[in-house]
Amino acid sequence: MKVNDLIKKENFKLLTDNQTISKEIKGVYCCDLLSWVMANAKAGDAWITVQTHMNIVAVASLLEISCIIIPESIDVDMDTINKANEENIPIISTDLNSYGIFCILHDLGL
Amino acid sequence: MKIAIDFHIHTALSPCADEDMTPNNIVNMSVLKGLDAIAITDHNSVENCKACMQVAQNKDIIIIPGIELQTKEEVHLICLFKDIESAIIFQKLVYNKLPNKENIPEIFGRQLLFDAQDRIISENNKMLIASVNITLNEVFYEINKLNGIVIPAHIDRSSYSLIGNLGFIPNELQIRTLEVSKNCNINKFLEKHKNLNKYQIIQSSDAHYLWDILERESYIEVATKNIDSIFEALK
Repeated sequence: MKVNDLIKKENFKLLTDNQTISKEIKGVYCCDLLSWVMANAKAGDAWITVQTHMNIVAVASLLEISCIIIPESIDVDMDTINKANEENIPIISTDLNSYGIFCILHDLGL
Repeated sequence: MKIAIDFHIHTALSPCADEDMTPNNIVNMSVLKGLDAIAITDHNSVENCKACMQVAQNKDIIIIPGIELQTKEEVHLICLFKDIESAIIFQKLVYNKLPNKENIPEIFGRQLLFDAQDRIISENNKMLIASVNITLNEVFYEINKLNGIVIPAHIDRSSYSLIGNLGFIPNELQIRTLEVSKNCNINKFLEKHKNLNKYQIIQSSDAHYLWDILERESYIEVATKNIDSIFEALK
């Protein structure tokens, strides 16, 4: 599935520019400790995190993460969104919690 | 000149610290150990700093008012101030951004406030152990306005540390000094994290008990033994 398939769903809103929505989502990973994510997430994963610091973009870029999903309608700083646009990393916001996101990704075939 | 320091000491105001961590006990223990300068850094509060500074008035030791702040990202930062007035200004901001929850002393411990005679004046009833709703970047901005210093705390630890929680040190922050914990082998740590070689590393105790406070074992180089020179050396 592609990032595009996810943002077509209700509850999911793309915060960044739409030039990256054709990226393929190959898996899903959920963790908020960035050092742990750097060591364990895989390329192509959709990454769920409550962290909104700019470093999430650098981590996603380093690992070639397909997109970052911010749960529970947490505000994302403009600095982070701008950086994500520079690095071509889609950031998606949703009101769902991690479990809710997992259910939808599972239904979409992951 | 080299001075012996310990810039991370909790009083009994921190819920997890021993109730013997009173102003006189801390200051006199530090004098006995021969330390030149210490910082009082309770969890999200500066309220015992003034009493500690009063105790030290006629002693040959510098007391720096400070706070160990837990940011929104659950990163611990040692914030140091040149005077109690700046610390109190910062305190107001922190209390405004602490969740409106009360401490549960049975679970987290009591949060004691002392006067300079070690008498308990009152207990702080805020949940000081919680995260303050302030981002890491905002803390640097606010502390800079107050001429204070931010030192990321115990960066060798995997929890509540800048490197553990955010993976690496953000480029955009003006950081010169990093703190490692009491048991860290600095050489081994820097061997593993070569990118940290450009920072000044200081070691502190994160003392929750009197016996945790450092001996003369962690030093910084200053021009003169006073607070301005210390800030100059850390900035």
